[in-house]
Order: sequence, then C-alpha cells, then structure tokens
Amino acid sequence: MKHLRLIPHQPNVDFIGRHKIFFTFSVFLILFSVAFFGAKGLNYGIDFQGGILIEVRMPEAGKLSEMRRSLSQIGLGEVSLQEFGAPTDILIRVQKQDGGEKAQQVAVEKIKQSLGQNVEYRRTEFVGPKVSEELFWDGVIAVICAITGILAYVWFRFEWQFGLGAVVALVHDVLSTIGIFALTGLEFNLSTVAAILTIAGYSINDTVVVYDRVRENLRKYKTLSMFELLNQSVNETLSRTVMTSVTTLLALVSLYVLGGEVIRGFSFAMIWGVLIGTYSSICLAVPLLLYLNINRGTAALPEKGASAEEAS
Amino acid sequence: MVYFSNWKIFIVLGIVALGFAFAAPNLTDQKTAEWIPDWLPNEQVSLGLDLQGGSHLLLEVEANAVVKERLEAIVDAVRIELRKTRIRYTGLSIRGNGVTVMVRKSTELEKAKKLVAEVEQGLESSAEGNRITVNMTEQTLRDIRSSAVDQSIEIVRRRIDETGTKEPTIQRQGVDRILVQLPGVEDPERVKKLLGSTAKMTFHLLCLNANVEDAVQGRIPPGCNLLDADRSNTGHGEPERYLVKKRVSVSGDRLVDAQPGFSHQSAEPIVTFRFDPLGGKKFGDVTKLNVGKPFAIVLDGKVISAPVIREPILGGSGQISGSFSVKDAQDLALMLRAGALPAPLTILEERTVGPGLGADSIAAGKIASIIGLVLVVIFMVLTYGMFGLFADVALFVNMVLILGGLSLLQATLTLPGIAGIVLTIGMAVDANVLVFERIKEEVKAGRTPISAIDAGYSRAITTIIDANLTTLIAALILFYLGSGPVRGFAVTLSIGIITSMFTAIMLTRLLVVTWLRKRRPAELPI
Repeated sequence: MKHLRLIPHQPNVDFIGRHKIFFTFSVFLILFSVAFFGAKGLNYGIDFQGGILIEVRMPEAGKLSEMRRSLSQIGLGEVSLQEFGAPTDILIRVQKQDGGEKAQQVAVEKIKQSLGQNVEYRRTEFVGPKVSEELFWDGVIAVICAITGILAYVWFRFEWQFGLGAVVALVHDVLSTIGIFALTGLEFNLSTVAAILTIAGYSINDTVVVYDRVRENLRKYKTLSMFELLNQSVNETLSRTVMTSVTTLLALVSLYVLGGEVIRGFSFAMIWGVLIGTYSSICLAVPLLLYLNINRGTAALPEKGASAEEAS
Repeated sequence: MVYFSNWKIFIVLGIVALGFAFAAPNLTDQKTAEWIPDWLPNEQVSLGLDLQGGSHLLLEVEANAVVKERLEAIVDAVRIELRKTRIRYTGLSIRGNGVTVMVRKSTELEKAKKLVAEVEQGLESSAEGNRITVNMTEQTLRDIRSSAVDQSIEIVRRRIDETGTKEPTIQRQGVDRILVQLPGVEDPERVKKLLGSTAKMTFHLLCLNANVEDAVQGRIPPGCNLLDADRSNTGHGEPERYLVKKRVSVSGDRLVDAQPGFSHQSAEPIVTFRFDPLGGKKFGDVTKLNVGKPFAIVLDGKVISAPVIREPILGGSGQISGSFSVKDAQDLALMLRAGALPAPLTILEERTVGPGLGADSIAAGKIASIIGLVLVVIFMVLTYGMFGLFADVALFVNMVLILGGLSLLQATLTLPGIAGIVLTIGMAVDANVLVFERIKEEVKAGRTPISAIDAGYSRAITTIIDANLTTLIAALILFYLGSGPVRGFAVTLSIGIITSMFTAIMLTRLLVVTWLRKRRPAELPI
C-alpha cells in the first residue's frame, strides 16, 4: 500500500539559509502586533472589562432593528446587538453601567423587561467591575507564570541558549496572537487567555522536538558546521512537525466549523497559534541558535536531568 | 523496548480495562446509571453549568454593614451606662472602627473609662485628655466578618433549598465571598431577588406625638425614625412615610414560621407568621398595651404596612397584608422562614446558561469531536498504514481513558473542556508520530525491523516526555489560576496529555510488538 506523503522522502530545504527573511518577517509581525495593540487596543469581552452579555433566541428572525430601537431607549448607554450563529439568535452586549455592581443588576432587569416574555434566554452573563479587574490580572499572571515555568523547564533540560531561543519563539507567538486579536477586533476573553496558554504549550512542544534533534546531532557530528547541522536537524524532524500540525489542525478546524458559536473565538486563536507555533519553531527558534554561540563541547553532553530511558 | 514482560502487559491491559469500566456508565442515561450497584464504577461525568444549564452567582457579603451595626449598638450601650451612673458626656459617636466620647469632668474620667471598656468584650480603650475611645480589636473585626459570612452562607442555603433547586453548590470563596451554583435553575431573576434582600423584619410602634410633615422638614423627634413605605404598598391612599419608634418591639428573629395565604375578608394575598414562645409573649404584651394604635411592620428599613391593633394578639401568630401579588407573598414568606441575612449581599458576577444553549453546546461538541476524530483516524491510516491503525486504536482508547478519568475524578466537563478533548485528539497522535518518524529514519539507516522499532522507541521517548511536560506545565498553571469553564479546559487537557503519553508509549508499543512477534516481517510497512 502506498502511503500518503506530505513531505518528500528526504527533505532538504534550506531553512537556515533563509533565516534573514524569516527574522525580518517576524520583526515586522511583532512591530505590527504591538502597534495594533497600542493603537486599536483589544476588544475585551465582559470578563475583563465588566458589563452585561445576554444571548436570546427570538421566536422569529429579522427582529434585530426593532430590538435595537427598543433597547436603545431604556437609557443604558451603548448597547450592541449582533446575530449569533443563527438568524433568530441575538447577542446583546451592554457596556458597564456607572454605579457599581447594583447598577448592573438593575440594567439586566430592565433589558429583560424590555424584551418581554416571548424570548428564550440562552445565556445571561454579568461581570461586575471588581471581578473583571481580578480576572484581568489573574490572566496576566497566568501567562507570565506559564512562560516562566516553561523557560525554567527548558533551561533545566537544555543549555541556556536553547532556553533563550525557545522563549523568544514563545513570546513571538504570544505577541502575534494578541496582535491578530487587535487587528481583527475579535473578542478577547477568558477563553482567549486559555488559548494563549495552550499556544504557549504547543509552540514550546514543537520547539523542544527540534531542539532535541539539534542536541542529538551535536553529539553525532562533531565536525559538521553549525549551519549545516541546524539545517539537517530541521529537515530530519520536518516530517513529524508537519504531521502533528496537520492532525492538530484537522481537529481544530472541525471544532471551528462544528463546535458552535460560543467557542469559535477560542478555536480561531488555536488555529492561528498552531500555524505560528510551527513557523516559529522551524524558522525562528532554530536559526537563533546560530547567534547564541553554542559551546559544542558542553551542549553535546548527555542531557541534563539525566534520562534513564535512553539506556533501556 | 521490544520486550514486554507478562506483568507489564497485565498492567497495560488492566489500565485500559479500568478506563473502559469507568467510562461505561456514560453510555447509558442517568437513570440507568443510578441502578448500577455501588461496587461497580457508576459515576457519570459531571457536566458544568455551561453544558447542563444553570446559574453561577458570585456574591459578596457586605460585612462592614454588620460592623457598623455593632458599633451603633455600642453607642447605645455606652449612652445607657453613662446615663445610669450620671456621668455627663458629649460628642458620643462612631469613629472608624470604634466609638468615641468626651467626658465633661476629668474627675469622672477613670470611672467612665472603666464603664465604656466593659460594655462589650473585644474592645481596646484609650484616653486622650477627656476623650475616651474604644476600638474593636483586629481579632474582633475578623470574627465579626467571618461569622457574618458563615451566617450568610447558612441563610443563602436555606433560601435556595426552599426554592426546590436540586443539588445547589454553596461555598465560601476567599474572605467575604460566596459562590452559588444552581444547576438547571429556571428563573435566575427570582433567585437573585431572593438573595438580594436581607429580609430583616421588625415590629415597631409609631411616634404619634409628632407629625410626619415636620419630620420631613428635618425635625425628627429623638427616638424616632422617618421611614419610607414599601413602594408596592402605596397607592391605596396610605401615607408614603411613617414616623416609627426606633425601639424594636418584637424582632423578626423570633419568627418560627411564615406562610403565604389569602385574607378571609378581601381574598388578597397575605403572609401569616408565627412567633416562638418568647416572641409570642412579647407580641402579646405589646398588642395588649396598645390597642387602638397603629403598629408598623418594617422590612429592610421600609414599612410594609402599619395596621391598627384592634385587639390583643395573644396566640403568637399574626398576618401581614401589604398589597402583595401572590408571588410577592410567597417570596416574602420564604425569606421570613429562612431567616434574615446578617448583611446585604452584592452580586459580583453572574453566568447563567439556559438549558437550550447547554444542550446545543453538547451536541455541537459531540459532532466536532467525532468529525475531528474521524479525520485524524483516516489521515493516520493514509500516512502510516498498518502503524496508523495501531495509533488509531490507541487514540480511541485514549478517548475512553479521558472519559473514564473525568468520571473517576468527578471533574467537571465544560464547553472549553470539550475543546480540550478535541485538541487532545489532534495532539495525542503526536507521540506516535514522533516514534513512527523515528522508526522510518532507523529503517532508512539500514536497521532490521526489530532493531529499528527498538531504536525508534528508545530515542523518541525522551523527546516525547520533554515535549509533553512543557504543555503539561501550561495546563497545570491554567488549572490553578483559571476559573470556572476555563478550569474545565485545563482538566481535560492535563488528563489528555497524561493518557496520550500512556497510550503512545505503552499501548501502541504493545500492539506493534505483538504484531512484530506474530508476523516477523522482513520489512516494515511504514
């Protein structure tokens, strides 16, 4: 039986030779991300900004403008309405009301009164100013802790140069994900933070696999030039990198298309993360090692945190 | 790597069998699962509120209100003590978390200081000139707040139990917060309303020697309070404000029961109540002495009604008629039965999901998982042939193990949790891919099948562990710092990483090795 091949038998792509193109691309990507983040900011969901979100199912479609008119008259400030998945389903977002937690509850009641009895309330979420601030900082702390934890692990298992390269790739992925959210204006909420942490995990996973091979080849080929050695390591693991990305993407695309409206933002972030994570492992993390002055004597020693598995 | 001892095979198959056993109850519906005897695994995966529908409420106890109440009581006590001993004083008031008073004559200072310090326990007193200040100690403050939260939890539980909500979760969070989770609740607004009022009921006599108009102008006689009428009660030609004596004649703490009902005369909804013996006696005494005078029923600082006492009420029970709707009467009776909250509650966060959306999410999640699984399964067979099939078997077992693990740990499955499972489907084959690619390389390098498989596994294993541990770090941090649904994601992702390492390293290898021994192929179909 002939098997499917995504990658030629013995790939020999000159990734390292093109590293300047990749670096330039990534520098621009980060600059644009930071610029968009600075200029446009993120479209924070109620998790981080407080406010009210109500998803309703109307008995019939096409009531959007009528609803918009009646809701704009009850004096709650900015009310945004949006079709959500189906023409009968409408997502109502109301900005944070002045006057603390109590005022938000009053607003929820007002909306429900205005909409009447004939609608099905699919979701009512309200986050007060206190909780939204806490959630925001919890999210920031979680991302920082995750990056630090991963850095510590990579440092423990490899030379510091590898740790640094891995973290540059990781930060690149996280920043560009934030950038794409700023650019598209997709809602940034708790599940986006979950997606970012998972992207961090996935990206480092990819990087570690290639780095493992680099370390192995450092041991195997004492005289090969660093340039050649890195290229060979990337090419040897290319098949695996692509395979894993494809299977993960298959699952994620299925989730994006079929998983329902509520987690679409999450699946989008993850799809982006897998693509950018794969790119950064091959095109950033590995060529960065060229510049990090690896000591071929010590880096080629058996890995730190000794692995007994190797011997069995 | 290509040799499995019998006990190792036994353990691997044992774990797989346990996974199937723990996952099995999920195949039936809940009713059937309850029939499974206790000695068999009979727990189903517990669904989060976002999947089964329900309300999540985060409440904050305004414990400072209790502190303020206690300080007011201290002020009253100090006033009584000083008057009793005829010590002249001025400027008795609350300051910060304490009470301060100036004694007129410095000769009486020592005596006054002793009196003031002894009005209550847990106070620190200090004097500066003729000013005496008593402050609550940190310990006292902490105790007051803590017991206010404990009491609130108790009352919240009673009120929610009265609504008939099944399996509510009510737990303390942090210092002064209460997390309430109500699966399948139909009318979250009613629950919020029930928790939104403290329902402190007191009975007062009215101040009949002054008139309300003067009081509105600011001339409130001492010992009286100007209170608003409850809004639902106006419009019957009744006054909007009442002058009510500060002194509580009978407190609502003394209620033992309250029930909604209908008035015999007007057929309007009413609430009937019954006092405990002591409260009943007090109520009887007050009504006996004040026949013909109005009597105010005050709920949370508002006058519900102020009926005139027609005759002494000696039986210890009575009725309240405001212009209630049937629902109002039911809710008021419920709150009075359950007892008053020691302090007001603020709703900090609400997340309610209707049963329709929950069911849709489950259905969408199921379809996405199945399609994702099928795509990956097909792709693996296309790429690795026979070996892909082994990986697919492992992937299937992996799903079963995740389900079994969730049931065993009684972890909550949320919508992001389903996303975690789908993600695991994609990532779980990674470990197998690493091994297969390695085996391919070893074959290319000219090794025999057995030696290639041996080398493939032993070389790939460190990479697998390194790669998965880093993801596991991210997942665990997410678990500790995440909340609610996101935590569900961290749970399924963590379980998924662990089970996928097990299935890739142990189960697929067992399959490959067994096949290898049976067929002894000259070359590997990879």
